[in-house]
Amino acid sequence: MSAAADTTRGQGERKFKQIGSRPIRHDGLDKVTGRARFGADYTLPGMIHGVFVRSPYAHARILSIDTSAAEKVPGVRAVITAEDFPDIAMNWIPTGPTGIDFGANQRTVLAREKALYHGHAFAAVAATSDEIAREAGKLIKVEWEVLEPVLSIEAALAPGAPILHEGQETQGAGDKPEGDSNITNQVLFEGGNLDAGFSEADVIVEGHFETPMVHQGYIEPHACLANCREDGTSEIWASTQGHFNVKSEVALITGMDPNSIKVTPTEIGGGFGGKIPVYLEPAAIVLSRKSGRPVKMTMTRDEVFRATGPTSGSRMWARIGAKADGTFVACETRLEFEAGAFRGSPVGAACMTVFTPYEIPNFKILGIDIVLNKPRVAAYRAPGAPIAAFAAEQLIDELAGKLDRDPIDLRLQNAIEEGGRAKYGPRFEAIGFKQTLQAAKNHPHYKAKIGANQGRGVAAGFWFNAGMQSSATVSVNDDGSAVVRTGNPDIGGSRASMALMAAEELGIDVTRVRPLVGDTDSVGYCDVTGGSRVTYATGMAVIEATRQVVDHLRARAATMWDIELDSVEWQDGNAVATNGDADKGSLSIEEIARQMRMTGGPVVASASVNPPAAGPAFGVHLCDLEVDPETGVTRILRYTVVQDAGKAIHPTYVEGQFQGGAAQGIGWALNEEYLWDAEGKVENSGFLDYRMPVASDLPMIDTQIVEVANPLHPYGVRGVGETPIVPPLATVANAMHAATGVRFRTLPMSPPRVLDAIESQSS
Amino acid sequence: MAKIRVETTINGEEAEFLCAGHQTLLEVLRDDLGLTGTKEGCTTGDCGACSVVLDGRLVPACLVLAPEAEGRTVQTVEGIAQGSTLSAVQQKFLEHGALQCGICTPGFVVAAEKLIEKNPDPTEEEARYFLAGNLCRCTGYDKIIRAVLDAAAVMREGTA
Repeated sequence: MSAAADTTRGQGERKFKQIGSRPIRHDGLDKVTGRARFGADYTLPGMIHGVFVRSPYAHARILSIDTSAAEKVPGVRAVITAEDFPDIAMNWIPTGPTGIDFGANQRTVLAREKALYHGHAFAAVAATSDEIAREAGKLIKVEWEVLEPVLSIEAALAPGAPILHEGQETQGAGDKPEGDSNITNQVLFEGGNLDAGFSEADVIVEGHFETPMVHQGYIEPHACLANCREDGTSEIWASTQGHFNVKSEVALITGMDPNSIKVTPTEIGGGFGGKIPVYLEPAAIVLSRKSGRPVKMTMTRDEVFRATGPTSGSRMWARIGAKADGTFVACETRLEFEAGAFRGSPVGAACMTVFTPYEIPNFKILGIDIVLNKPRVAAYRAPGAPIAAFAAEQLIDELAGKLDRDPIDLRLQNAIEEGGRAKYGPRFEAIGFKQTLQAAKNHPHYKAKIGANQGRGVAAGFWFNAGMQSSATVSVNDDGSAVVRTGNPDIGGSRASMALMAAEELGIDVTRVRPLVGDTDSVGYCDVTGGSRVTYATGMAVIEATRQVVDHLRARAATMWDIELDSVEWQDGNAVATNGDADKGSLSIEEIARQMRMTGGPVVASASVNPPAAGPAFGVHLCDLEVDPETGVTRILRYTVVQDAGKAIHPTYVEGQFQGGAAQGIGWALNEEYLWDAEGKVENSGFLDYRMPVASDLPMIDTQIVEVANPLHPYGVRGVGETPIVPPLATVANAMHAATGVRFRTLPMSPPRVLDAIESQSS
Repeated sequence: MAKIRVETTINGEEAEFLCAGHQTLLEVLRDDLGLTGTKEGCTTGDCGACSVVLDGRLVPACLVLAPEAEGRTVQTVEGIAQGSTLSAVQQKFLEHGALQCGICTPGFVVAAEKLIEKNPDPTEEEARYFLAGNLCRCTGYDKIIRAVLDAAAVMREGTA
């Protein structure tokens, strides 16, 4: 493999040998041959099958559940309801910008007092076959008190609206409704003087925006296998973004001792945030405990759509004012987000990102979290930010039009940079927004000609990225190769990144490093694979652990030479004697490793990190598209993602994140949406009708990696996974405006909606 | 209920299994024959994760009833590599980084092999339309299409 030399700007002139190269990922072979084992691929002897039984109503009180008929069906081994779990009260515990509610988490697994959305599970059955379990589930008798479902933000906020959670009063800031409300929380950021700011403005643009609920759309449905053993200890194999999280959630929800639970992560077939919550595992382990058999649970695609993951639908109003010279002076938003059945939409993050890329001295940012009878939302890639950017970045585009300014120049004029204050408080450290804007402006795409019925759009966005807890263990084998163990499920090539960082520090080829993802018993704690944090934070733990290993290897060489440790340097996989001992020459890692048993035993080191911050990544997207005025069909002709990666560890997978996020965003912009009937049942719970982009919908997606080193990481790494989905909704909408002259403020921009807009414009 | 005995050929080897009449080929491959490389994404023929080749025709195994395999040949992702040698498609998927999570990869590999067999020199557009029945949510398809076109080029050189 080629050893790419590179430097990290702002980090001195470090020459990398492994970082920035493009090795074949270590787990790739098993994935192209079908050997890799994902969630549904695990089995155990004696295994039986568990299925959920789901509510036929979007909003109904559960008066009683009678499972006796189901229990008598031959082949049925266990039936459970919420009664099989400890009664945990709902209680919101703030955790930074969001929070956690274990009572709600438990009720997401199995409804207790009420079914809160169509498809909300209220019982689970385990039987010798999936088919028997499903048939038996139909025999469970429920006495329902059917309630009026709340199916839109408008309905949720209406006076006298049915209340999802009795006793729930609005928390947070701003003017709040009196008494019980479907508004769970309000977020408010204010600064400067709003009225004075807008009075300074020569141009003000504003708009109302709506976006529908959309799903992450991972191709692998949720799956797990759970085995509760005779002594009460348990093993769980789960397709999850965080097996340590599964362990703690299962313990809390079931009341089991966390020490009794071991969770092994399977390969994970996509998640995008949607495989952070636990849905199956607590039910599977209780079914296993009750039946004495290993229980496998897998969701159908229909269940995935009805009862997991979506991100919020929204209703937004925003305005921004600028002086004639283009200086932004004031902005204001009211962002209303659907949380689904329980509190916890990403509206807080939406407030923290909307307009944040720009210096705007006077602002009022209000966000509202609203519960209604739809599935509970889960994280989806930069949660909240794409929705907020859909509004903000369209208004900025409109402002550029009114001011007759190039949209990138206008952004450059107002772009936030190092030392700039985010509207939610802290100042930014070194960030690459201006560099990214400049790179987009210089890109050949931005200068290319476009034709009739075509339009070009540009939009920007960013994501904070997360730090959080990670640990890593690095050990040296007796042939001088190494193993790096971490606890983050590899959702998109992170094993290769971990191996590259260990190889860089050791000075050996990445093929000599074997990366492993360990279970909860075999590696130190790691927070979830999410927040674009793994290459950044877990990577830091890997670098730290490997540096300790290098120190051990230097010490072993010093012992072998009988010289002082200070006289041994580490260069390119060799201990090199220096100072007065240079005549000793050098010892390779292989030579040192071969002597480990004589010089102190195995060389192993572990490290853990808990960085409170991560280093945000900014992106700018360019899109050319063509609209067919006869059909309203939109074709993406060209698409370019420019983004600051800080330092690209494995550029292929950085590009892959850029491309994948853009494609998801294009789907969100053009086609994807949940459709509901009048009773709140999802009408398009399959891939035929929930239309995600396929290969023929997209062009190649060009990428340009900008590298403005993150001062918080030893190599300058920034997380790259989430930012790419932030700009596309607005990028495509701005291109649609350029192509048609119509501002699309409602998603998706599907052919019927586009056609209507074009026709009403010409009439 | 009496089960149906099915004799078939899977990845070049004779195989037999017992199944219920309503079972799909996907269920039998995964649950009874241990061939879990064929993935389940939807069971409605929309995602392509369970793509297999049945008597030379690319099909989603979730829409084939298991008894239909009687007397026919089935090729799954496990039969693509020859001994210890990866196919050009598999190798190019690795080199191009044409996978992220990897759940759709077996289906794409099976479908891409079929594409190149039918059309050794596909254009980008032809490749995109042929593979439009295979969903990938991670990659945006860019690197997949590049890998497939590159594999086709390598295979043309190999057979020239």
